[in-house]
Amino acid sequence: MVLSPRRAWLAFAVVGLSLLSILAPFIWIVGVSLKFQIDILTGAFPFKPVTVNFDRVLFGKSSDFIAYAGNSLIVGLSSTALVLLIGAPAAYSLAWRRWSKLFSTLFLGWTLVFHMIPPITLIGPWYLLFREIGLYNTLTGLVLTHVVVNLPLTIWLMMSAFENIPRELEEAAVVDGCRTSTAFFVILLPLALPGLIAAGLLSFLFSWSEFSIALNLTTKETYTIPVAIASYAGENEILHGQMAAASVLSTIPAVILMFFGQRFILGGLTAGAVK
Amino acid sequence: MASTLVSKTAVPGCAQQQSAASSRVTRVLDLFDRHFRLITIAPAALLILSLTVAPAIELVRMAGAKIAFTNDGVERTAALAENIDRLANDWIYWRALLNTLVFVITSTLAELVLGLVLALAAQRMTRAKGIVRTLMLIPILIPPVAIGNMWRLMYNPEFGIIAYLVDQVAGVRLDMLGSTSTALLAVIIVDVWHWTPFMFLILLAGLEGLPEEVMQASHLDGANSLQRLRFIVLPMLWPAIAVAFVFRSIGAFKVFDQIYLLTSGGPGVSTEVLSLYVFKVFFQNNELGYGALLSLVTIAIVCSYLAVFRIAQRRKGAL
Repeated sequence: MVLSPRRAWLAFAVVGLSLLSILAPFIWIVGVSLKFQIDILTGAFPFKPVTVNFDRVLFGKSSDFIAYAGNSLIVGLSSTALVLLIGAPAAYSLAWRRWSKLFSTLFLGWTLVFHMIPPITLIGPWYLLFREIGLYNTLTGLVLTHVVVNLPLTIWLMMSAFENIPRELEEAAVVDGCRTSTAFFVILLPLALPGLIAAGLLSFLFSWSEFSIALNLTTKETYTIPVAIASYAGENEILHGQMAAASVLSTIPAVILMFFGQRFILGGLTAGAVK
Repeated sequence: MASTLVSKTAVPGCAQQQSAASSRVTRVLDLFDRHFRLITIAPAALLILSLTVAPAIELVRMAGAKIAFTNDGVERTAALAENIDRLANDWIYWRALLNTLVFVITSTLAELVLGLVLALAAQRMTRAKGIVRTLMLIPILIPPVAIGNMWRLMYNPEFGIIAYLVDQVAGVRLDMLGSTSTALLAVIIVDVWHWTPFMFLILLAGLEGLPEEVMQASHLDGANSLQRLRFIVLPMLWPAIAVAFVFRSIGAFKVFDQIYLLTSGGPGVSTEVLSLYVFKVFFQNNELGYGALLSLVTIAIVCSYLAVFRIAQRRKGAL
């Protein structure tokens, strides 16, 4: 169907205006991050871009930004690896092997409820538990919580990935003398790779962004980037340029992954919502 | 048919196993195979049991106690009646619930309407659609803390771009986050900016899933575009709209990061929301017992909302 030219213009105007309002804050914040404090306060425009804020955030004497980025990376990568390692087999088990209706309803129903409740409600018990078993203020503890928070979405995405694979493939392999377990690793898992990538990307991005759990289960040396930014904002209220620079830096992984993996991310996000 | 297909493309690791019969390795593998269904689900089940089910039960135990940290560890004293009594008189919690509801309903509705308009506008674009989609992903994927920080700078009354624009239009320097009458609106605006793209993406996917023939048929029948929207597109899109609404409203119900950064619930209690208040009770006042009770009430609210939606879904049938 073709739009009349007037309508087409209207549609373009609506979309263009929305894109502008989505992007303008980013452009403005990048601008602030490239300014001297005095230029920020006077709202100077045009201005001469300087990297002083980025230098201070990354290499300043009192700045641990790089160490915190390291923490975030460790937590993000290991929790993503673990959630795939645990979630993909579980999804396979639920989608392909026969479980009673009661069991799968309970299992999936509980993951849905857990996915929907505010995480802050469980952080109290986690805090008590982790203090008791020595996981409080460790990256291991944080990794475990990120794994369990990402588990529901991973299981749902992987279940729909496995359900799209025709049953005959496995039957044929078994007839040929292949073990059920071998068939899973050699045949099914490679076919579910797109789902695996989508779940992995979303899990990593979630872990990188996650704030409320990290805020309450870590202290200074185990901070992740979001907690570091928040505490930085609390302590240095007036260092606007550096706060802007830290925010800009924290978005880098998301922007990179978005351009390389947007097909998977888009599929994962919309599928996750429709579940 | 399928069997010949697979056997021709020799799958590595599948063919050679008959030759090595009855060795110890095979026996272990057999055992592994027989319990494969259980082995694959066990780690997930264990993790979920220990880190979600057990803590949920622990919450119930905590809610009836007063918990103090002493040198010997954790000390609990029974205080169920005290906690419940306190909840009944805790006006901040109920104010936080009210703020949360206002926040959830206003922002979700605004996101839905804007997202729908945008999806309808973008639907017919061919080349531009891909890039629009990509750019719309940005707010969804970057850390909410960065978003909070960014908007705090934009709202800054001295040099923020929003304060500047308001000044240009209305002639007043507004501190939107610092005033009790505008702070909630200010955090709602941030949420709408943050999540309208998400609504857009879901609804666009929904629109693209509508059968093209129906559209063409209605066009031939002489329906104008408003009629088509009202009588064909919206009814057919309804399931997608309902799911997007519930999904997003529950997301809004969890809101924490942005408000923590923007206002920390202030000024006064004007942007205090449930998650933030539960956090303060848990970790700033160190009242783990009372915090657990608040958590349980909050969980109950979410669950009953989900249940109502489920029942409505069943009634409607198809969805």
